[in-house]
Parts: sequence; structure tokens; C-alpha cells
Amino acid sequence: MRTRLMFGLFLCGVLGLLLTLSACGDKDSEEAPRQTMQDVIRIGFPIPLTGDIPDVGESTRNAAEMIRKQVNDAGGLEVGGAIYQLQFIYDDNESKAESAVSATTKLITVDEVLAIIGPQASKQAVPAGGVADNYKTPMISPWSTNPNTTLNRPYVFRGCFLDPFQGPVAANFVTEEFGATKAAVLYDIASDYPKGLAEYFRKAFEDIHGPGSVVAFETFTTRDVDFSAQLTNILRANPDVLFVPQYYNEVPLIVRQANSLGWNKPFMGSDSWGSGDLMGLCGDACQGHFFSTHYAAAGATGATKDFIDGYQAAYGKTPDDVAALTWDSVNIMLQAIRDTGGLSGNLSRDRDAVKNALGAIKDFDGITGKMTFTPDGDPIKCAVVVQIDQEGQFSFFKSVCP
Amino acid sequence: MNLTFFLQNVVNALQWGSFYALIALGYSMVYSILMLFNFAHGDIFMVGTYIGFALTTAFIALSAAGIVVLPNWLILILTIILAMLFTSCLGMLVERIGYRPLRGGPRASAAITGLMIGIILQTTVLYIMGAQRVLFPSLIQTTTYNVAGVAVTNIKIMIVFVSIALMIALHQFVQHSKWGMAMRAMAFDYAVVPLMGISINTIAAMTFAIGSALAAAAGIMYGMAYPIIDPSMGILFGWKAFVAAILGGRGSIMGACIAGFLIGFIEIFVATIFPSTLRDLIAYSIIFVILVFRPHGLFGEPYSARLRL
Repeated sequence: MRTRLMFGLFLCGVLGLLLTLSACGDKDSEEAPRQTMQDVIRIGFPIPLTGDIPDVGESTRNAAEMIRKQVNDAGGLEVGGAIYQLQFIYDDNESKAESAVSATTKLITVDEVLAIIGPQASKQAVPAGGVADNYKTPMISPWSTNPNTTLNRPYVFRGCFLDPFQGPVAANFVTEEFGATKAAVLYDIASDYPKGLAEYFRKAFEDIHGPGSVVAFETFTTRDVDFSAQLTNILRANPDVLFVPQYYNEVPLIVRQANSLGWNKPFMGSDSWGSGDLMGLCGDACQGHFFSTHYAAAGATGATKDFIDGYQAAYGKTPDDVAALTWDSVNIMLQAIRDTGGLSGNLSRDRDAVKNALGAIKDFDGITGKMTFTPDGDPIKCAVVVQIDQEGQFSFFKSVCP
Repeated sequence: MNLTFFLQNVVNALQWGSFYALIALGYSMVYSILMLFNFAHGDIFMVGTYIGFALTTAFIALSAAGIVVLPNWLILILTIILAMLFTSCLGMLVERIGYRPLRGGPRASAAITGLMIGIILQTTVLYIMGAQRVLFPSLIQTTTYNVAGVAVTNIKIMIVFVSIALMIALHQFVQHSKWGMAMRAMAFDYAVVPLMGISINTIAAMTFAIGSALAAAAGIMYGMAYPIIDPSMGILFGWKAFVAAILGGRGSIMGACIAGFLIGFIEIFVATIFPSTLRDLIAYSIIFVILVFRPHGLFGEPYSARLRL
């Protein structure tokens, strides 16, 4: 009897916990009650709210919520004379490719969104892009730099430059700035973004310095924490610079472990360094290193500064590049919706109209630079190289345009 | 492969293997007493790390506020001791709530219970701490010593020495104390020994407590070596330590230690020689082959799960 009682109590406890959890999880979707089709525009966000990169999901939601409040507080979005309220639906992709596919499918078929913003990382954006294109739904991934996201997908666009462009930027920069003739790369082979970028970097660097100038090309797998074997190999090859196209959760471990093995030369990073809480996790170890990115918060002016100030006032922190790119992507999507000249209420016809309007936008003035989409759905824009300074700020160092 | 390079990898592998060895001990001891694998052990390791994180953060805050000013080395020692204490309470709670009611039931139910408790621990920590990774505060400034071209840090030295000290302490306890003798007797036959006046409830709780305390110590040292922690860090690590426990021979304490270090060495050296993507594939194929030829593990004996040393 006692055993059963214990078990029953235990079950009750678990159920109670589950109820609390689910109550918390539902809050966001309950906030905006469903309205009729006529006066509401729904946009879906399949973003990583949990999993490996939750900070990325949070930044996306923060930036999107700022726009939603701004537009709805001003009365709504005017499209062809009619006024629409914006409703944003955030769905967790758990930082997994499979979940990104199911979240995107659900948003398109069940929630019947007009358009998709996200996912952010290429690992989720590449498969999700396939889903959006199959369902003929316009999608903008603000942050995915892998070419496959938009390749041969007329409905898929992106808000940032591509890896084939970022690779040469990094290779040229380390050659000019550090006089590097030998480079090493350490990257996660199980993730699309680092893998793609590592290969573009190697190609660009070897084009400049000849074959074999990338003296170590070491890999690891997602969720690894010990890189000592790879770093020992890299140190033995004696390169001038170490290129690490990784996310904010791996960079601090790599930098610290490299230092403790005796590495004292520069690191070069990619735009993935700029997102999330890199400095909170890395501390002093990351100071002085460089990475290429989409925008620099320190020293911004004009509309970019207004955005940074608004974001800081609302959330108490400096927006990262994910937030800035999401801001631009949502705005360019709203611009395209306005450009359609009116929505018919027929979802598939409206989705087509939005897709065509996106392709027709010229020189959209975003906070991360002027954007015009190529026929592939990739924007033409500039990259920025920033240095992590003594205060842990990402300060502008150099601008590199295509 | 020159000598310095080889020695550098040995140093790396010693640190990495220490964690596997300490965690594998918890699996092995529970198995020897209760004939079940506590699949929640990887997550107990994770909770131990978070308890260490909370204690360290609290002590540092107290010191900063000037309420109780402690030097960093004392904070570290206090954190390790208190975290071991709290985590062993958690281990006993898991045994009391999760395993004891099912002790008479089918073996499969107990194994599934372990998995469920693991998920409950994970989601609880996820709920309290959020999905964000946190930085384990560094109490000791990392200093790198260059010994004949081999880079050794003070943290690495500490990890290896503390791990080996804990293993020796456990050995002494099991071999030379009255409680240790009771544990060995229980491992020999847990149906008959209670007839001699030894309570299986006490011994089982004690075994969980010791295993969890070792996991907590491993967790804090893990936090110092790999200072970015998240609620799912225990899963893969727990599984690999479980492999070490099997490889060492179920129920064998020395086997678990040696197999833990062996897995550390195999993983590091495979990553050194082959492309590191193949690391787990090759490393675990090697272990698979060892098990094919030694199905009872390195120190296991057929048809017995006695606690051996």
C-alpha cells in the first residue's frame, strides 16, 4: 500500500509540474486572440527557442515583437487601402533540423501564415527552406549564410550575405592584417554553416597562398566539449592564425583550451561569433580577436542607432546581429506585403504576390545596409570586420564590400 | 609522432578519462549491489555540476558583498564538499522514490524508471535555469606550465590528482571499513546477506550516495575544465561512462576506473590520428571488438556481479 501511495504522490507531483510548464509555454500564443481572416496578417517564426542556440531564438523574438508592437500600436499595416493587424506566431524548432521541418510545416498548413521569417541557423534553414518552397510560401531566413538555403528555391530569400562571400573576406583579412601565410581551421563537421564556411575559407586562402597553406583542417562534432586532440594537432602544424567559424557556445571552450595548450596567436571568427552571449561566456579570453559580421553595434548612427536604443530600452541589452537582421527581414517582408497593392484573402494567390513583390524590391534601406535581392533570393550587401575590444564591445574595424 | 606530441596527448587523455572513470564508478557500484543500471546517473552528474555552479556563485557573491570573505581555494574546497553532500542526498532521494518501490518488480521497469528520472531531472533544471548555457565561475586562474614542450595547466593537474585520490579513498573505504565489508557482502548475495542483519535499504542508499557524490566531484571539475554548462550535458557523457562501466566489467570498481581512462585515451588518440569526425565511430568500434572477445568486460567474471577490487 505504502508503495502505491508513494507512487501516486509522485505521479501527482509530475503532473503538477507538467501543468505549470505547459501553462508557461502557452502564454505567447494566448496573448493575441485569433481574429478573422480579413483584418489579420499572420507571419510564422520557426525559431530556436530551446536547444543549442536559444539566445538566437530570443533575439529573433525580441526584434520581431518590437516591430509588431510598433505597427499594431500605430493602428496596423495598411495594404491597398485596408488595415491589417499583425499576428506573429513563434514556434520552437529546438535547434534541430527535423523540428525545423515540422514547425515550418505546421505554421504553413495549420496556422496558415502568409509568410515565414526564419529559421536562423543554416542547419535548420536549409531543410525548412525546402518545406516553404514546396508549399509555395515566401520565407526569409535572416541569418542563414549557406547557399543551399535559397538555391533553386524561388520562394526562399535571406537577409544576410553568403558563406562563399564571407570565406574570402576572412581569408583576405587575415592575409592583410596579420600577414598570415599559414592558416588552420577548426570546425563542426556535423553542422551546415561551419562546414560550408570552413571549406570556402580554405579555398580562398589556398587561392592566395598556394595549395597546402591551410596546414591543419580539423573537425569535431556538435556537442563536443573537449578539443584538446584537435588543438594539439593544430599547434604542431604551427599556423599563423586559427579560423573558427563556430557558434558562441563553442568559441569560449575552443579559445580557452587553445590558450591553455600554449596558443598565443590570433583567432579569426565568422558572423556566428556575434550572436548570443559570447562575452558573458568567454570573458577576457576572447578580447582582441576579430570576426566578420553583418553590423557593428558600437559606433552606429541614424536608423541603426534608433533601433539599438529602442532595443536597449525594451530588453536591457545591445541587439546582436540576429536581432538586426531579423529587424531588416521582417521590415522587408512587410514592405513586400504593402507592395502587393492589396490582399485577396486567397492564401496561395497572396503568397505568390508577396514572393513576386520581394523579388522586385530595389535598394531597401535596412539597418544592416542597402539590400537588393538577386534572382536567387540572396541580397547584395557589405560585410564588416569587428574586433572585440577591452570592454568586450564589438567595435568596427573594417568594411569589406563585394 | 614525436615524443612531446605523444606526451601532450597523454596529458589531454588523462584529464578527459578522469571524468569517465569517476562517473563510471557510480554505474558500477549500483549495479554490483542492486543488479540494475541507474540510467539517471548522467543527469545526477549534471545536477551535481549545477549545484556546484549555484554554490560557487553564492560564495563569490557573499565574498564580493563582504559578508563572508573567503579565499578562492577555500570556496573551491567548500563547494566540492557541499556539492558532494547535496548531490548524495539527491542520489538517496532517487533511490528512495524511484528504485525502492520497484525493487521487487521486473528489471525492465527499474531501467525505464532510471530513464524517466533522468528526463525529470533535466527538465527541472531546464525549467529553473532556462535553456541558456551558463558560465561556470573560474575560481582558479588557469596557469599553463611548459614542461619540456608539453603544456600542462594547474587545472589539469588538479583534476587528475583529485580523481585518483577519490578512487583510492573509495578503494580504502570498500576494502577496509565495516560499511565497505557490508557492501561487498551485499554484492555477493543480496538475498541472503539481509538475513545476517544488514539492511539492504541502508546499503542501497549508501551506494547511491557515494556514486552521486563522486559524480558531483566530477561535475565541479568538469565545470572548471569545460566551463560552459547546459542541462543536457549529462546525456551523452552518461552514456559513454555507462560504456566504460560495461567495458570495465559490471560491478568492478577497478575495472570502471581503468576502462574510464581507456575510453579517454582511445577517444583522444583516435581524434589525433584520424579525422576527428570518425572519433566516436572508431573509438566505439574498438570497444565493441573488445566486448566481443571479452563479453564480461576487462575485469568481469561470468555469472557474477560481485564487487571486486
